Amino acid sequence: MSNQSSVEIQTEWDIVAARQLGRNVAKELGFGTVDQARITTAISELARNIYLYAGQGRIEIQRLTENGINGILIIAADNGPGIPDIRKVMEDGFSTSGGLGAGLPGVKRLMDDFKIETTLGEGTDIRATKWLR
Amino acid sequence: MNKQMARYIQENMTEIISNWQEMMKNEKGERSFEVMPAELMDQTSREFAELMTSNLLESHQAYESRLNDFAEKVVRYGWSITFVTKAINHFGEIVFAGMERDGVINSDNLRAFAEEFNKWITPIRDSTIDTYSKTWERTVSLQKIALQELSASLIPVFDKVSVMPLVGTIDTERARLIMENLLEGVVKHRAEVILLDITGVPVVDTMVAHHIIQAADAVRLVGAKCMLVGIRPEIAQTIVTLGINLNEFTTTSTLQRGVEQALAWTNRKIVEVDEV
Repeated sequence: MSNQSSVEIQTEWDIVAARQLGRNVAKELGFGTVDQARITTAISELARNIYLYAGQGRIEIQRLTENGINGILIIAADNGPGIPDIRKVMEDGFSTSGGLGAGLPGVKRLMDDFKIETTLGEGTDIRATKWLR
Repeated sequence: MNKQMARYIQENMTEIISNWQEMMKNEKGERSFEVMPAELMDQTSREFAELMTSNLLESHQAYESRLNDFAEKVVRYGWSITFVTKAINHFGEIVFAGMERDGVINSDNLRAFAEEFNKWITPIRDSTIDTYSKTWERTVSLQKIALQELSASLIPVFDKVSVMPLVGTIDTERARLIMENLLEGVVKHRAEVILLDITGVPVVDTMVAHHIIQAADAVRLVGAKCMLVGIRPEIAQTIVTLGINLNEFTTTSTLQRGVEQALAWTNRKIVEVDEV
């Protein structure tokens, strides 16, 4: 059972829209304020990556139910250049844009499950889930 | 042919308007007409009808200014753009049907009239949409300016101590403004301690943190100290989870504590005095 909605990321303000959507869904699902902050921050990171590196893409928010536990799934998909070395971007402190380099590893820590699929020249698909406990 | 149409509309104005109002009321999901008092509705309808005919009779310029007035009014009434385009289409339909019924349009000149109608309706629709988008653009740019004005101001609270409250989302543009205002303010107010208050920032992700760290570094270069205040518990947790290093910062949970700390740094404190 899933219920989804999505935001196209094209400008910096779309990041805010994606975040707002995620926060609303998280609130409706009953996540506490700390988890809401974690989820919105994760969405913010993923959406910003799309904006910075792929130019455009999509953030999709899905509600999940598995074994009676509710959860929220964030899908960040783009048709950008892809990531050449996943192991490297998952290291803390690695950044190609002069940022802090805490984005992707940070998202992995903020969420419960984290999956990343990328093909050079074709795009990147990131799925991150947070379960309601 | 234009004159013919205009004459028809003017002669049958009342009927057309009442038909049109009926049609618009039946539009689902539009409450614009329901909530409007009858008097105002009649007046607006008449204005609308006049606008539609002025396109046929008056010079282009007269029509333009009338259209602008009307579009601005419509925007103020809160009519949606779908509603207005529907209104224009319906008006055309009613006039066409009426002229056909009265025999002004018959099978011989049907094609010519259809073309004429097209030439009449299309520019109205185009310029209405154009006026709409211009009004929106103006509103958006005004709001952008308004937002920039309340973006980031440095407020001197004590001698040598200034506060910059940050409210709302921080994007690249604002981050640049924050940095500029900070540095300018430090020099102008001769501040030694700057309190950056992030109570009103909804999300602190790596980019926001990055900008804050950069701003603090720059402040250090001009000889002042930067303190981060207003860190909410949930923000503290996400910052730690993200692995953002704010060790070089003095941070406090509230602005009040920050001010106390800032005064201590500048060798002062607030004391209670007995009443004189």
